[in-house]
Amino acid sequence: MMWEFCGHSLEVARLRGATYADVRVMHMRQRDLTTKNGQVGTLGQSESIGLGIRVIAQGAWGFASTDVLTLEGVAACAAQAVAIAKASALAKKKDVQLAHEAAYVDSWQSPFVKDPFEIPLETQLDLLLAADEAMRRVKGVTLTETDMQFRKNDTWFASSEGSKIHQRRVISGCGIVAMCFQGDAIQKRSYPNSFGGQHVLGGYELVESLDLLKHAPRVGEQAVALHAAVQCPERTGTLILGGSQLGLQIHESIGHPIELDRVLGQEANFAGTSFLTLDQLHHLRYASPIVNVVADARIAHGPGLGAFAYDDEGVPAQRIDIIKAGEFCGYLSSRETAPLIGLDRSGGTVRTEGWNRLPMIRMTNVSVLAGPWTLENLIADTDEGILMETNRSWSIDDRRYQFQFSTEIAWEIQGGKKTRMLKNPSYSGITTEFWNSCDAICNDDHWLLWGTPNCGKGQPMQTMGTGHGASPARFRNVKIGTAFSEE
Amino acid sequence: MRGAATIRAKTGSETLRDVRELRAIAATVLRLAKLCGVKETEVHVEEVVDALTRFANNAIHQNVAEHGLTVSIRTVVDGRTARVTTNRVDEDALRAALENSLALAASQPKDPHLLPLPAKQKYRAVQRFIPATAKLTAEARARAVKRACELAERRGQVAAGIFESGQSQTVLSNSRGLFAAYRQTQAEFSVTMQHGGAASWAKTNAADVRAIDPIALAKTASEKAERAQNPVELDPGRYTVILEPAALLDLAGYLFYDFAATAVEDKRSCFSGRMGKTLFGKNITVTDDVYHPEQLGPPFDGEGLPRQHVVLVDKGVLCNLVYSRRSAKTARTRPTGHGFALPNEYGEAPMNLVIGGGNSSLEEMVRSTERGLLVTRLWYIREVDPYEKIMTGMTRDGLYLVEKGQIGRAARNFRFNQSILEMLANVELLGAAHRASGEESMEMVVPPMKIRGFQFSEVTKF
Repeated sequence: MMWEFCGHSLEVARLRGATYADVRVMHMRQRDLTTKNGQVGTLGQSESIGLGIRVIAQGAWGFASTDVLTLEGVAACAAQAVAIAKASALAKKKDVQLAHEAAYVDSWQSPFVKDPFEIPLETQLDLLLAADEAMRRVKGVTLTETDMQFRKNDTWFASSEGSKIHQRRVISGCGIVAMCFQGDAIQKRSYPNSFGGQHVLGGYELVESLDLLKHAPRVGEQAVALHAAVQCPERTGTLILGGSQLGLQIHESIGHPIELDRVLGQEANFAGTSFLTLDQLHHLRYASPIVNVVADARIAHGPGLGAFAYDDEGVPAQRIDIIKAGEFCGYLSSRETAPLIGLDRSGGTVRTEGWNRLPMIRMTNVSVLAGPWTLENLIADTDEGILMETNRSWSIDDRRYQFQFSTEIAWEIQGGKKTRMLKNPSYSGITTEFWNSCDAICNDDHWLLWGTPNCGKGQPMQTMGTGHGASPARFRNVKIGTAFSEE
Repeated sequence: MRGAATIRAKTGSETLRDVRELRAIAATVLRLAKLCGVKETEVHVEEVVDALTRFANNAIHQNVAEHGLTVSIRTVVDGRTARVTTNRVDEDALRAALENSLALAASQPKDPHLLPLPAKQKYRAVQRFIPATAKLTAEARARAVKRACELAERRGQVAAGIFESGQSQTVLSNSRGLFAAYRQTQAEFSVTMQHGGAASWAKTNAADVRAIDPIALAKTASEKAERAQNPVELDPGRYTVILEPAALLDLAGYLFYDFAATAVEDKRSCFSGRMGKTLFGKNITVTDDVYHPEQLGPPFDGEGLPRQHVVLVDKGVLCNLVYSRRSAKTARTRPTGHGFALPNEYGEAPMNLVIGGGNSSLEEMVRSTERGLLVTRLWYIREVDPYEKIMTGMTRDGLYLVEKGQIGRAARNFRFNQSILEMLANVELLGAAHRASGEESMEMVVPPMKIRGFQFSEVTKF
């Protein structure tokens, strides 16, 4: 029936005057579980099914969506999309042109071992409540939270060029948090990452691999211990970032600036633009020569949130070099934007949050490739520095030059040894200066594809999951401690 | 002419269903629940019709419409509750959702603090559905966008932005006879004008599209963009700032969840241990008031309790919080009608903040400033310290040096690291409070403010 809805809406769009159309029927299922202080917080499940159709008519775009999945309903939706495109044509500059792409007929399911929707809720809640309790046993902990999130999305994509692609993507996420309010401060620790934990394109095996019960006491203890820790000093010096923090650093200061729609001004009103103007391609020394960055949507790169077989324009997943030996060499593109910079094919990075949202350029898995160091050797090689782990806040300007991050915890490194704990760590800088100061990256043993489930972009706002492969890395001459500066 | 008429007919706005259809869906769920022997059931039915025209580089590049309806079912069985949401409304799908909710609820331990569903309530009427907004067509939005783009082109500028219009309705019903219904319209025009390497911005959001003047907003952004060229680089440090309403909203709006009794109980609010204290200047009064004529939103909360007008800060003194039924019981007080739909771990929040204004105009604030900065808007605001409420972020789209009572050259954008608590203790002048719209906080009624000692820590490259 889904293909029938796709085919009928494409046919109605053609009859109404569309010169191109693509349609997605999506069935999205979601389960959310949280606990707080030993009690179940959120316990909910949802499903949403509907159709969104994107058309070009009179050289301009139109998009409409509906949850009325009948032949009449999808026909009306297709007609509305064409009518909207004709309204767009009232204020167009030139006709939309799309890069060529072959038609594909395929079906794909993301790999997973255990379907999280088949695991009994009792099992999932029991684990979260046990982890919650293990954190609360630590004296001084004042708030504990845990969460699991699971998604199963089916997409039936068809285009007027003949593609018919079905994809099923299963996503799992899990994390725990302990907070401690003491005196005039609130300290927090999270595992395995902040803001919901780790998220992957995979099944319940993620949750089992995290060993929450082993880590929960440490998370609680560190939240309390931070109050007695020394304040992170304010200085310019050597910084080592843990893998998850480096993942977010990649997201904000590489992933967003390379989005071609931003570069071309299409996000100027909301998400902003980019310092990576077109003249920088193959000219900008983005990073030091040891830094190599790829945008890789192929499952071969790992179970990242940015992995798929085809993007939401029906373009197969690809690996694109973004930074090669420090040189800037690639953007994230779409079928519409690729020809605007002389590319003959889209990079396959267009995705949509759901059936009622327009597909747009999104990060796939934007990763820094591993280097040769072990973390042990990297610390031993550092005379004086600060190791920061687990993001607490993040902010960057609307052209992606100047950023400031703070993390939950840090350790001082003295004479090649990790020494005392530091609280309220932060660092800041200018994107290219920062990446050019990178002088060591840890190896594959430390490399993990971190999931960022909450990347916001577009109007209406769309939330998308992205992946970022990262291992701990060292940066020199970084401004540290600015966020808490009194000057 | 015939062609144009045909287009109008095809793109006339989609409309909401008759509220009786939503009521019937809710009644079906309650009937099915009764047949299953469920004693307590709550149903939310929500419908959204929205359209958004997006433009950049002086042309429309995205133009979308959506129409969706969701049914959300919460069952309460033996001290356990869970919620299941679906957008399928046939009886089989509703029955399946109901059964899923029961299965989810049964899978968890008993919650000793779970309250029975509330009984029937009375609500104060609000009228926020404006037919002119509901009838706005894609052509009307496109023509307004075209005029803004033409203005940009005449001035050698590049326009980007959105023109959005939509309508929504919600019905909330439960097995104890509670019934609440609400519908509203909403329109928004936001425009960024880019002039060379500089840019500025203006935005309005209202229930009534006739309150929005796209060309006036485009002109404002255009004139400010022209003034924003060739910015001077200033040293970071503490400055007197004049925050335009959008800038003030996006920063002060981050306080909203701190006013939740649950956040205070959980010791994650910056107001924990500070009730009754003078935290801000005497010129700061903050209320939550869904009935304010410039506010939007339903007059009831996620459980169907009527929203109350609550004075949160009175002349600088933190005097009240907002309460859901659950947090009110814990605190032995009355709920204020600010609870989120259950189950959730966050409790409640004031969704309609009003920061009281003063009688200074923006011009007076500028005239009275020896040296300071006029801030159009802020961007990418995040919390650095939850208890001192230190926030970081950037200025964006127009930062201007004010010297000797005059607006002068533009300045390069700054990063700030500023405590909101300290900021609201340092307010020197306030303007009239009106509904403001930014990008970081939900719309609220706030004034522009002149504030001393605002801390900028670093400067960016533009």
